Amino acid sequence: MGMTITEKILAAHAGRNEVQPGELINARIDLALANDITAPVAIREFNRIGVEQVFDRNRIALVPDHFTPNKDIKSAEQARTMREFARRFGITHYFEVGRMGIEHCLLPQEGLVLPGDLVIGADSHTCTYGALGAFATGVGSTDLAAAMATGEVWLRVPETIKVIINGTNWNKWVGGKDLILYLIGKIGVDGALYKAIEFTGETISALSMDGRLTMANMAIEAGAKNGIFAPDEKTRAYLERRARRPYKFYSSDEEACYCEVYEFDLGDIEPQVAFPHLPENTRPLSEVGTVSIDQAVIGSCTNGRIEDLRAAAQVLRGRKVNSNVRLIIIPGTQEIYLQALTEGLIEVFIEAGAAVSTPTCGPCLGGHMGILAKGEKAVSTTNRNFVGRMGHPESEIYLSNPAVAAASAILGRLAGPEEVK
Amino acid sequence: MIIRGRAWKFGDDVDTDAIIPARYLNTSDPAELAGHCLEDADPDFPKEVKPGEIIVAGKNFGCGSSREHAPLAIKAAGLGAVVAASFARIFYRNAFNIGLPIFESPEAAERIRKDDQIKIDPDHGRIYNLTLNEEYQATAIPSFMQELLAAGGLINYVRQKVKNGV
Repeated sequence: MGMTITEKILAAHAGRNEVQPGELINARIDLALANDITAPVAIREFNRIGVEQVFDRNRIALVPDHFTPNKDIKSAEQARTMREFARRFGITHYFEVGRMGIEHCLLPQEGLVLPGDLVIGADSHTCTYGALGAFATGVGSTDLAAAMATGEVWLRVPETIKVIINGTNWNKWVGGKDLILYLIGKIGVDGALYKAIEFTGETISALSMDGRLTMANMAIEAGAKNGIFAPDEKTRAYLERRARRPYKFYSSDEEACYCEVYEFDLGDIEPQVAFPHLPENTRPLSEVGTVSIDQAVIGSCTNGRIEDLRAAAQVLRGRKVNSNVRLIIIPGTQEIYLQALTEGLIEVFIEAGAAVSTPTCGPCLGGHMGILAKGEKAVSTTNRNFVGRMGHPESEIYLSNPAVAAASAILGRLAGPEEVK
Repeated sequence: MIIRGRAWKFGDDVDTDAIIPARYLNTSDPAELAGHCLEDADPDFPKEVKPGEIIVAGKNFGCGSSREHAPLAIKAAGLGAVVAASFARIFYRNAFNIGLPIFESPEAAERIRKDDQIKIDPDHGRIYNLTLNEEYQATAIPSFMQELLAAGGLINYVRQKVKNGV
């Protein structure tokens, strides 16, 4: 019987030749991840298990990225709990402020997640690593605690939904963000509940690694367990100077079974905006109407990579942020920040009147660095526009790609780059 | 053990930011989290909810973040159970892992009204609406997850395994 890429990776990590959707398996993990919010709970649970060591100090990544640089005393205590745990067990991949990044930008960049890996993280956007051809999924803190002790996780083998996007006729301003928002708009926030999404087609083959990371990142916004791309030459090139251990390319068999197949045409897809308060409330840019905004955020694990910053800079170069708007730009990692600096992008942002921040999840989850007041509206390249996500429960978030966010910041209302004169 | 209590009603896609907003995630103290449970969805909820009461919601309950603080807040607020048409998968795992009883039943989610008196028999997945005199069946819990529940959650289960050298 044919297997999908997801089934093959799960089988390999369960020591099996074959697995089928619906089966419960115990699988070996290649990497376990937590952050400053989820690690403290995981550490509390880990300490209850009664083991003397973690399963492998080189296969745990701890990243203080959510409320860091520490936003208040309580956050500082949480960050310290994680730091002390990392020191106590000699965790190799602990990244301190100043050397860190937003976890899902950082781990691929550092070569810590590789094709064929099985990765779990106490963060829902762990599914990002599917872009590299890994099986990666979010879990809670207790699952992570058990994994840190045993190196294993129990998983239900998911059915797979195949999403084919055909065409190479790109609208100039369409990227990975628009493709994934378009899909979520079609299938809904629970359209892939408990399932794997496998992305394929000519459009996907042509998509850059940064674009794939953006798409896989938001698989969870359709309820998916994981989103996955078959690795290819682009993946290999991305890993060239990053991977420090062997990896394996898996691909789906021709006769693999899919529970559903969706097929879309790139020609039908223009830049998308998700209206409050669910990522499924998408509208094509041409139908957004007049929505004035108070804040624009460009960054996050969804769109904080170098290509995203380049797209924003392309729109902002030589222009000014609207006097009614605060534009906040957050490079995803220190390396991306430095690259943006070298390329002159940071200068473009500051000249335009944007605030540029050290890497942090900050405003995306309403933590700090750009909280919305009652009634305020933000356009944001982040991944969730739930009620109160970025601040006051009566504020609003409109999700878009970086070029649309930049254009909106200039015009003070939801707008596309073509409207910027 | 039979769960019995009054129903609180919520809609579809209740997300983890609604269950416990991130502005309170600078702590993981269950009691503190409980004080803000579902406050953005219904400001009266954390003030008025009483131990043993039951949350009844639509599809995709607990979507969004992996924060275990969400089921922790519900459990610490004293809720007896959550009944929903469906659950987001990370929330589903987390609830079992920390021992919060949850039941998937589209029929119960549709029929139960706010303030109805509910009784749940967890062993058989039977949900009784005492106010309407109706009965609903919850989706069966996979046997592995029943083992987890019987062990008292994932940590106890793993602790047992480690102790036995498995």
